[in-house]
Amino acid sequence: MRAWLVLLAPLLMAQAKPVLVPDVSQRNIEIAYSFTGAELLLFGAILYPGGRLPTGEQPTDIVVVVKGPTQSILMREKEKVAGIWVNASRLRYRSAPSFYAIASSKPIARLVDDRTRAIYELGLDSLQLSPASSAPADTQDRFQKGLVDLKRNAGLYYEAPRAVEITDGVLYRARVSIPARVPVGRFTAETFLIRDGRVLAAAVRDIDIRKSGFERFVARAADRSSVVYGLAAVALSVFLGWAAGWIARRV
Amino acid sequence: MDLYLPVANLSVNALVIILLGGGVGLLSGMFGVGGGFLTTPLLIVYGIPPTVAAASSASQVTGASVSGVFAHFRRKGVDTKMGGVLVAGGILGSFFGAWLFRLLQQSGQIDTVIAIVYVVMLGSIGSMMAKESIGTIGRARTGRPPKARKRRHHPLVAALPLRTRFYASGLYISPLAPLLLGFFTGILTILLGIGGGFILVPAMIYLLGMATSVVVGTSLFQTLFVTAVATMVHATTTKAVDIVLAGLLLLGSVVGAQIGARFATKFRPEYLRLALATMVLLIGVRILLGLVWRPEEIFSVTLS
Repeated sequence: MRAWLVLLAPLLMAQAKPVLVPDVSQRNIEIAYSFTGAELLLFGAILYPGGRLPTGEQPTDIVVVVKGPTQSILMREKEKVAGIWVNASRLRYRSAPSFYAIASSKPIARLVDDRTRAIYELGLDSLQLSPASSAPADTQDRFQKGLVDLKRNAGLYYEAPRAVEITDGVLYRARVSIPARVPVGRFTAETFLIRDGRVLAAAVRDIDIRKSGFERFVARAADRSSVVYGLAAVALSVFLGWAAGWIARRV
Repeated sequence: MDLYLPVANLSVNALVIILLGGGVGLLSGMFGVGGGFLTTPLLIVYGIPPTVAAASSASQVTGASVSGVFAHFRRKGVDTKMGGVLVAGGILGSFFGAWLFRLLQQSGQIDTVIAIVYVVMLGSIGSMMAKESIGTIGRARTGRPPKARKRRHHPLVAALPLRTRFYASGLYISPLAPLLLGFFTGILTILLGIGGGFILVPAMIYLLGMATSVVVGTSLFQTLFVTAVATMVHATTTKAVDIVLAGLLLLGSVVGAQIGARFATKFRPEYLRLALATMVLLIGVRILLGLVWRPEEIFSVTLS
């Protein structure tokens, strides 16, 4: 991606387009015992051709999208059957982002049109979730809306219009908070430079979120040596129960 | 004090979980039940994924029953032969339960089935206990002597072949009856993360006709082993046992259980049973409402 940008840079310059130099405050986020989520600072500079702020033009806007690793998920919809609510219809998505946050300097709908939003997946109603079925369009819409609502309530999808601050038209920064419930894996932070309804430049930075220390050890043990892990859990419970009884008889 | 749960993948307030375990432990000490039927729903309400909740509360029940088993062993309140048969049935049941769990999970009906089983179980046990305890309290008030109930097993149990003697229980019945009972409880342990004590105890008294002096000890004996096996089954199949969560629950519950056991001697048992029955019925009604009321979230997501 960076190489691509470098290759394209002279071209962009030639067309007198500005270039983005983005960065993130943390390239690696380690999940330790006290992890309650993380706050990412996404910042950078807009380089204009000739090093001068263009005059008499529309101001440029910045949109930052942070996405979590995609997951294959199965969504179920409850229906009332014989008086009780049970899961009835279902829809599978091959690649839904586990986390999606979009921060922008203005509400995204005022920056670009629907088509551009769909191309760059800007905004919660423009996500390309690739449902793995040929369900009718209205069912797919209903499920997609349901998924977005569900994730939004869990704090895993959100839009933050006006969360990007642009200083003097050159420096920008945005804060994106990542809740503790996110899965581990590679996150991407995409930055888009938008003027006049068009995306002028884009850049991506990767962020790795992983468990560290004890948490990593436990999660690994539970997955890879499940028999030993199970025995440890049983031993722990027997020991604690026995110890409490032993102490109680002596108090 | 926030603590990250490495298997559940979320952070919880450690103090809340310890207190939750303590409260459940207090009740379990007072009433002589494992308390799994409270832990699992409470954890789900707190936001822990249902599978992790069921898997981790099984190990909490193990911890809560250990000291009870030792205490009952000391006063010879455990029929090990009967217990062994129940455990064998329970282990078979938990393997069957694991298969059933996966089947229901795939079809997406696991939560509904868990809720329905809870409603049926809590409703029937709760009302039976309430009726019995109110009757006892009424008789104690009016001063009429209670009807002496003839201790004998159910005719169905008597019809089973291969009879053998269970000396401590004072029974001459087929081992198939406790084996089936253990099997059924084992399924419940896997599905609901409960020890099954409050199913086992009435069944041992009313169906098998066991001597009451060994009922609670033998039931705890079965609970101890079957919840331990259930933890192992969950650890190797669903991989949903969160040892940090289980540890926090255990810290609270083993302490709570000891305090509860001391508390219990201060109250009359029939009032305790009435209180437990009320609580059981209330939880049953709450879960029933969850089934019939329009849920807040119509959609649910699982990883596939």
